[in-house]
Amino acid sequence: MSTRALGPYELPSRDAQANFHGNILVFVHWEDHLSFCSAVTFPLPPDMPFGALLADVLPAHYGKHPDWARADLGEARWLLDGRDFTPDPGRSLADQGVGHKSLLRFWTPGLTGYEGSFS
Amino acid sequence: MNVSITLQNTGDARAIIEAIAADNPSAKIQSFPAMVKIDCASRLVIQRRTVEEKVGRAWDLQELHLSLVSLSGNIEEDDDAFVIAWR
Amino acid sequence: MAAATSAPRRLSLKRKYAMLTRGLGWETTYQPMDKVYPFDRFEGIVIHDWDGWEDPFRLTVDAYWKYQAEKERKLYAVMDSVAQNNGQLGITDARYLNAVKLFLTGVTPLEYAAHRGFAHAGRHLRGVGARIAAQMQSLDELRHAQTQIHTLSHYNKYFDGLHDFAHMHDRVWYLSVPKSFFDDALTAGPFEFVTAISFSFEYVLTNLLFVPFMSGAAFNGDMATVTFGFSAQSDESRHMTLGLEVVKFMLEQDPANVPIVQRWLDKWFWRGYRLLSLVSAMMDYMLPKRVMSWAEAWEMYFEESGGALFADLERYGIRPPKHHDVAKKEKSRLSHEVWTILYNYTHAAAFHTWVPSDDEMQWLSSKYPDTFDRLYRPRYRMWREAAARGERFYNDALPQLCNVCQIPMAFTEPDDPTKIAFRESIWRGERFHFCSDGCKDIFDDEPEKMSQSWLPVHQIFQGNCGGASIEDVLRYYHLNIGADNLDYEGSPEQELWDAWTADRRTAR
Repeated sequence: MSTRALGPYELPSRDAQANFHGNILVFVHWEDHLSFCSAVTFPLPPDMPFGALLADVLPAHYGKHPDWARADLGEARWLLDGRDFTPDPGRSLADQGVGHKSLLRFWTPGLTGYEGSFS
Repeated sequence: MNVSITLQNTGDARAIIEAIAADNPSAKIQSFPAMVKIDCASRLVIQRRTVEEKVGRAWDLQELHLSLVSLSGNIEEDDDAFVIAWR
Repeated sequence: MAAATSAPRRLSLKRKYAMLTRGLGWETTYQPMDKVYPFDRFEGIVIHDWDGWEDPFRLTVDAYWKYQAEKERKLYAVMDSVAQNNGQLGITDARYLNAVKLFLTGVTPLEYAAHRGFAHAGRHLRGVGARIAAQMQSLDELRHAQTQIHTLSHYNKYFDGLHDFAHMHDRVWYLSVPKSFFDDALTAGPFEFVTAISFSFEYVLTNLLFVPFMSGAAFNGDMATVTFGFSAQSDESRHMTLGLEVVKFMLEQDPANVPIVQRWLDKWFWRGYRLLSLVSAMMDYMLPKRVMSWAEAWEMYFEESGGALFADLERYGIRPPKHHDVAKKEKSRLSHEVWTILYNYTHAAAFHTWVPSDDEMQWLSSKYPDTFDRLYRPRYRMWREAAARGERFYNDALPQLCNVCQIPMAFTEPDDPTKIAFRESIWRGERFHFCSDGCKDIFDDEPEKMSQSWLPVHQIFQGNCGGASIEDVLRYYHLNIGADNLDYEGSPEQELWDAWTADRRTAR
């Protein structure tokens, strides 16, 4: 369906990629650790290597969790926008299909949150 | 299907609650802090005359507005009775 | 003379109201009615005969002023008494007041928006009965906004976070949830607006906000809030009957209206339910003395009362709103997931949060035996341990927001409380994310409109919210950093409260 309106209702998308000063928004969620209440949003350059996300962005955010020290990202299982995904740390986000408002979910084997509570 | 009315727990409302209890044998009255919830099977009536007996003066049915918190059901209002019912 | 001795017969209520709502209306002749009422057709609702409108409460203008004036006299007598007698000291605990902050900053501006919306509906609906009911409601809503602002003004003298509610409402991330809800309704046509607010929100859902929560306010010694709450709610019954009447009237007028009304009921049930998830956290976590749990209130006011209502509407071909079964599945986790959001981001909020005490956890465990000990108690234990080490947990990255309800995407799969529910749509090549099938349906139905969401997180990253650092954004929000925000433990508010009540504790 489309919006019921008195006249033409055509407006540019408020969150188009062009509005983010060269960055794309990437949503990331560490599964089974719901003390982080939701996925989080990172504005990232599309030519950033995936390795930088793994080495810098994620540890800075998730490092507060006691499980993080035991997390082996090399073994992690990933979903990119709902599809199985094997990231290549050397290639850029854009090169391997991580686009504006993509969602990355990852599971770290053996880790199910504080005392196994998914928190 | 129950209908229900919730009234404030005030002096004004006490007479209305007593009148509802008198006129609706199926009324189930539950007290909570500051309010009273009354459920009836399918129909609940507030009779002006019964409230007048309880309060000891002339009472306009629309004074109900001062005590009302919530209700559930279709309403029918005239000068003598206020009815909540499902059809 | 016989005529002089017999007193003029008093008109019956029905007759008086009929004279007001039928006798004072007219068909325009200088201009066609369609030009006088230009907004009541485009939504697709077909009305054949406005005289089929049944007046719910038959309140005439003289009676309206009389009873509203009486309500105001009662209310302001209490408010004066609260102010003169240091009523703020009568509350059970200063933590409680954070629920009031959420109410006054989140809901009060909605009362004002409702005033505007009903003024618009009261101008643009063609039938006189509907117009009068909408105009009275518009005045009611203005009264609610005013009485709540008076309450806010009192509490603002003693507690943090209330000093700039109007500015904050248009900017702060969690206040975008109520704001966007109402903006969506205000920008719809008059029939959708009244269905959204009077029926779906007021009839079906606000009982959960005003009734058990206000009873909770009474239980926690908050006379001011109980008083404005119940004074507003006494008008609400009239609004609810207006909502039910509008819906029944549309359904009776033409069969073509049924699918349109059903779509609105589906949409606005879900939007209202998501908005009220904030109330679930207020009820289960922010009332030191609790009246009933969110799950119990949901059962009493939605499953029971709402169930009877939708059974009554079945004869028109209306079914219960889509996804009500999801709301039922969520009831044992909703408040915990919302409290987790608020706890994660208290550093960016104009209220405090905390880890529940042992007693409170005991209560939560007894009310939520299937979920609390397994999923949430360990979470709070972890956070308590971190706080004891001086590392109170705050989430430093910004949350992913649902594009429709604008709440951080913390809600879990209907059948698995350990997995976040991720839903998405691709529209004109762009990806949009939703917390639920309910929010996705709303987007898919009106993508042109919903792609205009002003999502606070995205606005920050577009550079529209004062700067890139969290401090910049908080200054843009007009938050007093270090006072309004952060954990209750160690807050200036806690220090003051403890000083005010020190003698009470030593006396025990």
